[in-house]
Amino acid sequence: MSVFNQSRSNIIRLIFLGVFIIIIGQLINLQLISGKYKQLAMNNALFAKVVYPDRGIIYDRHGKAILTNTIMYDLVVTPNQVKNIDTLALCGLLDIDTTEFKRRMVESILKNSRFRPSVFEDLLPAGLYARLDENIWKFPGFDLVERPVRKYPFNAAAHIMGYVGEADSSVIKKSNGFYRLGDYVGRSGLEQYYEGVLMGQRGVKYIIKDNKNRLQGSYDKGIYDTAALAGRGLRTYMDIQVQQLAEKLMSNKVGAVVAIEPKTGGIIAMVSGPNFDPNLLTGPEKQENFNKLFRDVSSPLLNRAIKGQYPPGSTYKPLGALVALDEGVINPNYGIGCGGAYYGCNRPVKCTEHWAGHARNLRIGLAWSCNSFFSSVFRLTVDNPKYRNPRKGLQEWSKYMGAFGYGHRLGVDLPSEDGGNIPDTISYDKEYRGQWNSCTMVTLGIGQDKMTATPMQIANAISIVANKGHYFIPHFVDKIDGETKDDTAVLSRYRSKHEVLSHIPDSSYEAVIDGMEGVMQAGTGAGLPKIPGITVCGKTGTAENFHKGVKQKDHSIFVCFAPRDNPKIVVAVVVQNGGFGASAAGPIANLLLEQYLTDSLRAQSKKEAERVTAINLIPKYFAAEQYTADSLRAFNYFKITNDTSVIKKFMRRERPDTPVPAKEGKQPFTMNSPAMKQKTVLKITKPKPAVTT
Amino acid sequence: MNQKNPGISKGVDWLLVWLYIILVSIGILSIFATTYKEGDSIAQGLLGFKTDYSKQFYFFMVSCLFATFVLITDSKFFTATANISYAIGIFLLLLVFPFHSDIKGTKSIIKLGSFNLQPAEMCKLFVNLALAKYLSRIETDFKKTKSQIIAAAIALIPALMSIAQSETGLALVYFSFFLVMYREGLPASILIVGFSLGALVVATLVVPPNALAITLTAIALITAYFMRRQIKRRREVLVTIVTIWVVCVGVQRFAVPFAFKHVLKPYQVERIFSTIGKDVPEDYVKGNAEQQEDPEKALKKKEAGDYNVKQSKIAIGSGGFTGKGLLKGTQTRNGFVPEQRTDFIFCTIGEGFGFIGSFVLLGVYLLLILRIVNIAERQRSVFSRCYAYGVASVIFFHITINICMTIGLAPVIGIPLPFISYGGTALLTFTMLLFILIRLDADRQMVLR
Repeated sequence: MSVFNQSRSNIIRLIFLGVFIIIIGQLINLQLISGKYKQLAMNNALFAKVVYPDRGIIYDRHGKAILTNTIMYDLVVTPNQVKNIDTLALCGLLDIDTTEFKRRMVESILKNSRFRPSVFEDLLPAGLYARLDENIWKFPGFDLVERPVRKYPFNAAAHIMGYVGEADSSVIKKSNGFYRLGDYVGRSGLEQYYEGVLMGQRGVKYIIKDNKNRLQGSYDKGIYDTAALAGRGLRTYMDIQVQQLAEKLMSNKVGAVVAIEPKTGGIIAMVSGPNFDPNLLTGPEKQENFNKLFRDVSSPLLNRAIKGQYPPGSTYKPLGALVALDEGVINPNYGIGCGGAYYGCNRPVKCTEHWAGHARNLRIGLAWSCNSFFSSVFRLTVDNPKYRNPRKGLQEWSKYMGAFGYGHRLGVDLPSEDGGNIPDTISYDKEYRGQWNSCTMVTLGIGQDKMTATPMQIANAISIVANKGHYFIPHFVDKIDGETKDDTAVLSRYRSKHEVLSHIPDSSYEAVIDGMEGVMQAGTGAGLPKIPGITVCGKTGTAENFHKGVKQKDHSIFVCFAPRDNPKIVVAVVVQNGGFGASAAGPIANLLLEQYLTDSLRAQSKKEAERVTAINLIPKYFAAEQYTADSLRAFNYFKITNDTSVIKKFMRRERPDTPVPAKEGKQPFTMNSPAMKQKTVLKITKPKPAVTT
Repeated sequence: MNQKNPGISKGVDWLLVWLYIILVSIGILSIFATTYKEGDSIAQGLLGFKTDYSKQFYFFMVSCLFATFVLITDSKFFTATANISYAIGIFLLLLVFPFHSDIKGTKSIIKLGSFNLQPAEMCKLFVNLALAKYLSRIETDFKKTKSQIIAAAIALIPALMSIAQSETGLALVYFSFFLVMYREGLPASILIVGFSLGALVVATLVVPPNALAITLTAIALITAYFMRRQIKRRREVLVTIVTIWVVCVGVQRFAVPFAFKHVLKPYQVERIFSTIGKDVPEDYVKGNAEQQEDPEKALKKKEAGDYNVKQSKIAIGSGGFTGKGLLKGTQTRNGFVPEQRTDFIFCTIGEGFGFIGSFVLLGVYLLLILRIVNIAERQRSVFSRCYAYGVASVIFFHITINICMTIGLAPVIGIPLPFISYGGTALLTFTMLLFILIRLDADRQMVLR
């Protein structure tokens, strides 16, 4: 039956056989005849030297490099070539004693044999390098070898840029062996988030070795070498001048600043206070510096802009007004009479204004930030007759908050962002056993109760208002140099518009924005200096907060955007324990607006900037907590080592000026232990949700 | 066949089953050799579903389960559902367009929880069934051009959809079905013309354009000179020669440059040129609008494309005659070759077991393919025969492209090495492909339509 065309089966067999013979022919060529491949592969005569690419550079919106590379030098020794040198002179230069010198020599020989170079001292400081460079001819066997190091030319944006560190075992394991010991890998910030782009591709250089493993030179003129591909640059939306100004203004304050361009979602500046100089984590003393920062109870390593959770306070009010307008429970002319508190529920909600008529309509209520007005608006929203049930009303309200970006991570292009908290019905059911109504959580209406948000979320919500309903996920990176398909896939989420609340009519947005303009014209923010020719819309916020159950001075919060008709920048500032919104946070935001929109500061603003910089708002309890933490650490150290040298200071009740001196290899805590890190983070970032008076 | 006690093992071709088990074992061993880190517990690693070789082991278990299902299914089931399965395959391919997830630049993967489904990979099974079904219909007269076009369409529609999902490699696989059609009577001239066109395109890239045009003209003139007697008798011969000459020069002068400038993506152009070891000519670089960048950047890009093939050749070449031994490959174990577990798995074998290992592996593959061809020829039903040829062609095509790519004979096209490469969908697809054949062969006395 299958005789038909049967001869063709033999032809097919022949085709199969023929192709296999061609493959085997090429295998014979590769594996048997051409011996060069065999030699190439790191056999006795060859050494495959991994060539590390330069990491990519990060630029700001004007093309200024914020993060670049620089060369530092390692002092390298080849032990068998060290002959007749003045050991004492070298020790003098390096500031070590002869026993240490001997120890290092022995270590080098053990690690890399007598014939191969090993690092004697790494990352020499500039002064030492200069002195060694002059004298190096006196010390045969010692050499100065280049090593690329990250550099932050503006000494700014530590939290955004992040830093690189040597890959540890967990990173190596996660990367499936792609990273090896000694590789540098981004450990936080953009360095970590865009690691794949910034890292580049390692190259291989084949170098001939002799029988003692000494490197002799390039193999076959380097034709089998693979060039290292430098990491690609990141073009960000940042404005380094605004960033520097913001960092200056935030000095001696705890809190955060976020500035976003609402049209693109590009982040112009982001500061977390207390801040630190990123160059501390690159040089020769990076480990000690890191330990110092890590042990500081004010957590300078923590990025409060995306991890700090604060009650948004009155900065929530524009959102509350929009929700109520959209739900149809109020209109812009809605007003109440307020005599200094809201008495609609059992416990009164205090209001800072007492005079009659400060809540006679939405615009004025918003301008004077009337707590009574917004408590009543919130209750109307939750008790909306449309839903017949406050449970459904609260759910609807949570949905709106979700649309404003509250209660969930935004997806900023930095690692470990936090999502804040928007309470749902479940948490109230749990707390009040299902017995609650709109009065129970009435202070949600003034941005308190269980509601918390990160400064990034606060800024993003206001940019939704400024955009009248849409937003782009806030992000730093605009373009990647030499963008590939994979890069575009990563960036596409930042380039798509999210029309979350565009269904709310423009008239509602205008009403709220009118109110925000009123804040700056006549209301709570009217005391701030005006920027000529620019209409600013803002909102002050003053949030109650507690630390370990003790009420602290209010957090000062301020949000604003400008110009009103064509918003170019949104700024959110949170200053922990800074008092009224307009007193600490307001001036900072105002100065940043001026710097960004006019690209300079007027003389009077410069004076104002100096005044704001000088204000010190570091909470008093930090000093006491630092003392407790240090003494506990000293005690643990004593328990482990029985060494009394550190704990003695605490036993005599003398308060040390500096934290426990970091001694090499003797720290009772490992710096990278996540438990340790988390402990510190938890203590600082989660101020107890404010409970209303 | 004994209807009362069918028995799962009756009529099963055990040689194929053993070859299958040997190949999958080699695969797991190779994945183990690339991903195993000194000091890990092997047993824990294998059963833990954390390492890649352990995952592959579990994929193998799942595949065995499916193979068993196939073996207890009535073989009529496959003929009966061939067309429906093809429709499902096409439907899945269509589903990809709205539901694909962005993984590594491909648009062909649907994410189902933690499992990635790649319909373009699975669809060749359905195409094979449908093509066999179509060719075995009594109404089909494969001598007619219309039937040939329909058969070609069955094979090429999924290919077009794969291209739309930027999986050019998987699309090429569907061309292997032309071998089946050839066996069933597709004129040899089509294959020859296709092959010649391929050769001409390659020649266009390798030989300078003017030299090639002159060579083609010379060949045409010489042919005309030798056939001058036939030409005198019949004018058509001259017309044919001139037509072929015009088509060849046209392809070389216009069609290929056009394709490179406007159809192919820049990275594809680079890959093709990196395979034949040439720089991308400036005309082609300038033709692509987004490709306009300074020459230094272009050079760097080219080096990046080169990197894989270069490292892969070094790894295989350094294996030598006997290889360096399991777990001793310096190149493959130190991460010099990218995509080591999947597309470049052959490097592990080439480096670890040398020429002998590669030769044995190729021997096993050849044995498998020739065995399938033999089985094909002993079928009574056309359906089974076509299906068997389809299996042989698909496996053959995968092996050829994959191995040729690792040894620098073909451009880098991401398609897996059958039964060996890491990947659940691929392993399951090949398993089904093979075991349906074993099931059909077990019933070779029956005539299936």
